Amino acid sequence: MKLLTHNMLTSHVKGVTKGYPLLIKATEVKVNDVEFNPQFVSRMIPKLEWSALIQAAEELGHRQDLPEELLPEYEKNEEFLKRVHRVLLEVEVIEGCLKCPESGREFPISRGIPNMLLNEDEV
Amino acid sequence: MKLKELESCLQQVDAFDEPKILLEQYPTSPHIAACMLYTIQCTFDDIEGKLVADLGCGCGVLSIGAAMLDAGLCVGFDIDNDALNIFKRNAEEFEISNVDLVQCDLCSLEPDAYAKKFDTVIMNPPFGTKHNQGMDMKFLRAALTMAKTTVYSLHKTSTREHIQKKANDWGVKMEVIAELRYDLPASYKFHKKKSVDIQVDFLRFSKA
Repeated sequence: MKLLTHNMLTSHVKGVTKGYPLLIKATEVKVNDVEFNPQFVSRMIPKLEWSALIQAAEELGHRQDLPEELLPEYEKNEEFLKRVHRVLLEVEVIEGCLKCPESGREFPISRGIPNMLLNEDEV
Repeated sequence: MKLKELESCLQQVDAFDEPKILLEQYPTSPHIAACMLYTIQCTFDDIEGKLVADLGCGCGVLSIGAAMLDAGLCVGFDIDNDALNIFKRNAEEFEISNVDLVQCDLCSLEPDAYAKKFDTVIMNPPFGTKHNQGMDMKFLRAALTMAKTTVYSLHKTSTREHIQKKANDWGVKMEVIAELRYDLPASYKFHKKKSVDIQVDFLRFSKA
């Protein structure tokens, strides 16, 4: 699971009103090379929940010194975009789980795949 | 990348070991997958540098093809763990790193889940036959929620009018890009013939 994907995931357990962002408890994290596409990264940035991304990167120990607040004119700052690229696309959680901030329900991650399936009584 | 190259790469993608009837796990042939993806990129420029979702991705032939055509990231969604594990193995064998996977049930998604998060949604959904009546429309509904602009999908030609009506209701523009003959190999015991051709529409939905 990449952090760009994590940034979109929400817990929809019955009764939960704010199942976002999911806390990450990782037991295995990997960094893979992904081709850098600056236009793609700059286009994704305004769509992100920036604070959720920073929190997730911090939890995994891969914050890359990214600031709490988004930099102005980031699209011209290649060095900044490269660090965001790394956090969004190269850092991957292989084993661990995602925890719903409200209900505490844990969603397992195995072989890099988060399992968001709910049981019948949770829908 | 040329169409022929893409198709021959996709021939190396492994398909289901034991397809599950309830999930209508019919593989997308490398030929159809390559033609779909090539058209989506070359005619509409909707893959390269885009955030793409592949709904009901199965073993990943569409996602892997989208990744080869330089999607920024393609996220595959499927309910079935066995299929996702084959997808994972395929991605590793191709050394593809711009794909990601989520196991979830697209039919029970919240109405606003992933709303407009993806630039493009591609899918070969269950056709919604046998035990799965209406499944195709549930997938389409989810796809249209998740996509910011465009959805590409395969549907039985016999359902075209019904889908057109739904698209009108939902305020989405629908175009038939191609009519295909989908060669369905006899994957299950209840198929009496060796293989059967069904008429399938390759559809493009665009949101205003």
